[in-house]
Formats: sequence, structure tokens, C-alpha cells
Amino acid sequence: MGEAMLDFRKDYFKDERDDDLNEIGKPTQRQDALGHVTGRSPFYDDHLFDGLLHLKCARSPHHHARVRNIDTREAEGMPGVVRVLRGKDVPANLNTLLSLLDFGLDDEPVLAETKVAYMGEPVVAVIAETERQALDAVAKVRIDYEPLPHVLDVEEALQPGAPAVNETYPSNAFIYYEKYDHQKLRFGDVEKGFREADQVIENVYQMSPIEQAPTEPCGAIAAPETNDRYVCYTSTQGLFFSLGTTAKLLNVSSSRLHFIGGTVGGGFGGKVDSLHEPLAVLGVMLTGKPVRYGYNREEEMQVGAPRGGERWVIKDGIMNDGRIIARKFTGYFDSGAYTRLSSYAVVKGTGHLPGPYTIPNVSSDVYCVYTNRTPSTAMRGFGITGVDFSIECQMDKLAHAVSMDPIEFRILNSYRDGDMKAHRRETKNSALIECCQVVAEKANWQLSAAAKDASSLKDGGGDRAVILPTATDEFGRVQTANGEPRREGRPKTHLSGKTGVDAVLDVPADAYGRGIGAPHQPSAPTSPPQQPTPAPQPTPAAAPPAAPPPQSQPSPPPAASKPATPPPVPPPPAAPEVRRSPTRFSSISGLRRR
Amino acid sequence: MSKKPLQFIHNGRAEAVFVEDGQNLLDVLRREVGDLTAKYGCGQGACGTCTILVDGQPQLSCLTLAETVEGKSVETTGGMMDGSELHPLQAAFMDHFAAQCGYCTPGMLMAANALLRQNPNPSRDEVVEAIGGNICRCTGYQPIIDAILEAAGKMSQRRYG
Repeated sequence: MGEAMLDFRKDYFKDERDDDLNEIGKPTQRQDALGHVTGRSPFYDDHLFDGLLHLKCARSPHHHARVRNIDTREAEGMPGVVRVLRGKDVPANLNTLLSLLDFGLDDEPVLAETKVAYMGEPVVAVIAETERQALDAVAKVRIDYEPLPHVLDVEEALQPGAPAVNETYPSNAFIYYEKYDHQKLRFGDVEKGFREADQVIENVYQMSPIEQAPTEPCGAIAAPETNDRYVCYTSTQGLFFSLGTTAKLLNVSSSRLHFIGGTVGGGFGGKVDSLHEPLAVLGVMLTGKPVRYGYNREEEMQVGAPRGGERWVIKDGIMNDGRIIARKFTGYFDSGAYTRLSSYAVVKGTGHLPGPYTIPNVSSDVYCVYTNRTPSTAMRGFGITGVDFSIECQMDKLAHAVSMDPIEFRILNSYRDGDMKAHRRETKNSALIECCQVVAEKANWQLSAAAKDASSLKDGGGDRAVILPTATDEFGRVQTANGEPRREGRPKTHLSGKTGVDAVLDVPADAYGRGIGAPHQPSAPTSPPQQPTPAPQPTPAAAPPAAPPPQSQPSPPPAASKPATPPPVPPPPAAPEVRRSPTRFSSISGLRRR
Repeated sequence: MSKKPLQFIHNGRAEAVFVEDGQNLLDVLRREVGDLTAKYGCGQGACGTCTILVDGQPQLSCLTLAETVEGKSVETTGGMMDGSELHPLQAAFMDHFAAQCGYCTPGMLMAANALLRQNPNPSRDEVVEAIGGNICRCTGYQPIIDAILEAAGKMSQRRYG
């Protein structure tokens, strides 16, 4: 068992590979293995502090609701409670993870202030001497909600009149490059391809959300350091991501944050969201004591961001000899209530289309959709696995439709070196054909002589490297809000050359003609319409009395009455916040802004 | 909140701590004793990450009331090494790459440890059964099973060879 699982086919591509390497291909012991087998690898929770405080959150029981009132008085008087935090205590209470890459608008608060958009969204944080006391106090937080209509399906969320989930993107779709309500790909002319095809085959595929479920739940412990910094032990998968996010949300220089991580008890993508570090460090700023904020298993499963659900519509034009001549995608990524990384998943997924096949006409429209579900995030190849599943299911159905062997059908359509891919890069070092041949061989699956003779190294390029005249359109163009000039200068209807999405989805022809607005940019992150007053305050800077207001009860709980150590030197007042617009992603994907 | 004294044997040494009513053994080991080798995974007996031995029997420390181990012997991964020498199970886990993130590893080791004490020459199926309550999310179970079988062989050789 196990020995024969690795099978090197070193005869393939041997001229492209150097086998004379010192480490690669040879066994080596991991540097952390000794720590793991002795139980001494330092996970975030394996750091002991005297007087460690525990933070827990009061969370929304609704999918979608207006927050009318928050009453924390009873919670503040509970035994062991040291401090109760609300959104207004967070210096810059609005962020989007990819703002560090200058991609997308800030759309998610650390603690919700006026509205909750998913079940489990944190509204109030309680810091107490024990975890149990924190949970007991959380149960005493009174939040008056006005439930709002909610939407849980990606296509329903894009219908006219659907509840606006995310106030930054009121049309429930991420805006790409300030231009479109989805990510576009146009290569050749799919409609022409469909007209010329012998058969047109369309199917819909759906993937569910999946929880990463690491054995170590997400969390962080922060503590004051003597060098005027804050130390933070964290389970994060992206240490500098978490550090930058914390610095931004707390208006503190990143040089004053000492983040220690790298020992992660399983991540699988679910530990990049940087939800724990900012609140733990803020807790330290406001109490002067070490603070732990960790999910228990229930929170990990219920609130921790999963891989998002995806829906893919694939429409293929195919010739009876097996050649696919046109392929069109409509994709919906369920981002949940906030963006996190789903905008990126869409870009990544689009760069992956149409799969490892050479198809002369390809078109795709992929939406990052907001619904009142738990925000989704990274997980093992997110953006790729869902559409690959869909493509390969579709390939089997196409093979059946033209009565071909499914492996030979793939070999026929597989890209070969020199072919042009839909994202306009030449195919190099491809190996799908060889992979298919090995699979067939291992499974004792008979291939024709032609299929056995095929190679990624031959028959590519030439006609297959030609980019056909490409049909472009303005489908999904965002309308300018309140007539403000567009940088591109060409304000016009959002939709001119309508492509076939309406037909595919069986929705009214004007389903997308509802004037998808330009992304809404709130003037200040924490000034909702109802409460214009509470502008974001750098509370840690200005709040020496870290304890809750004086208690009037006969015997105040010891923790609440004892003034906490003043926090280390407050950070300097923040410079006025610069709002960023959704911009390019060129550094990551190579896709240009315009 | 009243605290009660609790005495037990921790990895062969007498330990005395004060515990709260209802406090679980995992919490006491980690927060009161300072033995961080037992890990929290789910707090509800579903994942096996917090497995420890009580009088030689594998037990889920998150579901064990601390007061129930009064006078008993509690063993954790922190007590597996013999001086500076790794236990054969620990060495085999290293050799077989049976720990990737390392978080389930202490619980796996304790479950395997209990098995080999009761059954020094287990079959593959018996190993699978013994770690059936321990969830690993990254390495996969095959290297873990291989490591336990190899350790069993080496320990038998040491005993009889």
C-alpha cells in the first residue's frame, strides 16, 4: 500500500527539466517535525500570560437586519467584565481585505453598527477575565433588530428589487475596474460559433459552500510589549496580511505591531481573513492587558468563512466530429455578505477559462455576488476547483453527445504547445494529452492509435494560434451614479451589445437593465444615514479610562471597578482617511485595468 | 466562584492545583498546570485532538471533568519522551511524515500509545480502529497508520530482540 503511488514519467519533457538538483527529489526532514511530535510547536493558543483576558462577540441572529439600538449596560455589569467594545470603538471600522492590494472598496466593519448582513455577524465584543464570563456577558447584550428581507441565492440577488445586502455595492455585485458589474472575457465570437456548430449544449452546475474545518480553530492573542509595541500571536495564514489589516483598522503604524505566526493548526484558506488580530490588539490598547480572541468550534463552523458556493452555466457549440468551436460561461460566485477574497476568486477563475482546451471562440461573464450568507473566502484552489468540476462534467456530456470516448474527446480538444489561450497567452509546457494517456494506461482503457500517438508537442500553433475577430460589448456596464463624470469619459447605458445571458438564465430581457449603480462610496466609514454623528474616533488614543463607566451597583465586580493599566503610548492621530477606488489587479493576475 | 483543590499524577509527577466547579481537564492541564501539549479542537468530543490517558486509558480531556481525575494518573504527549530520547511512536511519526500541521498529532500519539500498551502487535485494522476517533485534516491517515505499525514493530523488537 502506498509505495507505487508516485510514478515519475521522466521521459516526458526531459529537455525542459534539470534533474541534477541537491534537494528536490530527495527526502528531507521538516524543521518543525520535532516540535509537532513532542506537542511543543507553539500554536497561537500555546502562549500563557498572567491576567489573560478573553474576548467574545455578540452576533446577529438574523440574516439581514437594521440595528435599531444596542444596550450593553447589563453586560458591562456582569462578573469579570473588563470592557465592552462597539463599532465606534474601532478607529477605522470599515475595510476590505484586498485594499492592501488596492483592489475593491472598503465594505466590511469589524463590528457592525447600523446593519447586519449575515447570521453570526459580530456587533458587540465583550472582554472578560474568563471565557465563560465573556460568554455569560455576551448573553446579556441587548440588541434591538429590525429584520429586513434577505436573499440567499446568487441569481435572486441580481434580480431587480432584491434586498441590497452590501451598502457599498447596493446592486449586490462587485464592480470590476469601475466599469462592469462582472468580470468579462471575450475571445473570438461565441454567437457566430454557436450558429456554425452542429450542436449547442448547455448545462448548469452548482457547488455548495465548504467549511475548511481546521482542527485548530482561528484565533489570536495580543499583549502589550515593553518596547511600545503590541505583540500578537496568531493562527493566520497570511502574517503580513493580518498585520497590514490590523494597522489600517486601528490607525496604528505597522512598525508598532509585532506579529508572530507561522505555526498554523491547519488552514486550507480559512485563516486569511484577519478577523481576530484587530480585535485582540484593540482589546490590548483599551485594557492594557493581554487579550485572547479565539473561535470555539461552533463559531469556527458557523461564522468562519467557508469556500463560497458557485453556480456555472456552460454553453458549448460542438461539431459532430468532436471539435468544440465555441464555449460560453456565466458564473456566479457567492461572496456572502462582504467581499473578502471572492472578487479575486472571480478574476482567478476567469483567467483559467475555458479549461485546458483549445477553443477558438470563448466568452464569459462572471459575477461576484453579495447574498446574506456567511462571507466566503479562500479554500484550496478557490476560483478554480468549482469551474474545473463544471467543465469536466460538461466534457463528459459533450463526449456522450457526439458518441466519443471521453478520454479521446479530451485529447482531441486538448491544448497543444503553441496554441493561443483565451486570455491571449501562448500555450507552453502543456501536458494534458500525456496525462490522459497515462490515465488510460493505468486504467487499462483502450485508446485508438491516433489518441496514443497524440502529443502536446505536435500539431499545435498555426491556425490554432490565431485570435479570431473578437466581438466586444458593453454588457453589464455600470451606470454613472448622480451624473458624475466617468474617467473613461463615455457615460452611457450599462448595456449595449447584449449577449446571450438573458436567454441562458431565462430571466426577463431587462433583468440587468435596472441601472446597476456605480459603487457607493460612503463619505465616512462609520457614518450611517441614521446616525450621522459618531464619526470614527481613534478611541485608543483618546481613552485613558479603559474600564467601563463607573458602576452604581452596591458591590461592583472587582474587575470592572479596578482601573486597567493605561495602554502604552497612544498612536498619533490618524491622517484623514483616503478612500480608494476599485482598481487594477495587474500585479497578481496580469489582467489590465483597461 | 469556588475553587477546589485537586491532586493527581501528571506525567509521573505529583500535581496539585485549584479547579473551578465544572472545569474540564483540558482547560486545567493547559491553563492551571501549564501543559500545552494537549490541544483544543472542538470542545465537544468529536475530534480526538485533546486525547490524553487517564490510568492508561485514552480519554477526551475536553469532556472529562477535572475533579474526576483526583488521585489518578494523567499522561499527555508532554510525558512521552524518555529523557532526551523520543518515544518510538514519536520517532516513527517523524520518519513517516505523519504530522503536517501537527495539531492533531498529540491526540493521535496518545491514542496510539494506549493501543500499543494493550496490544503490542496490532493489525492494520486494529490501528485504524484505535485512531478512529481522531480527526486529521491534512496529512491523511495512511502515513499515521504506517508510523504506528512501524513503532509497534520496533517496540516488540526492543522487548524480545
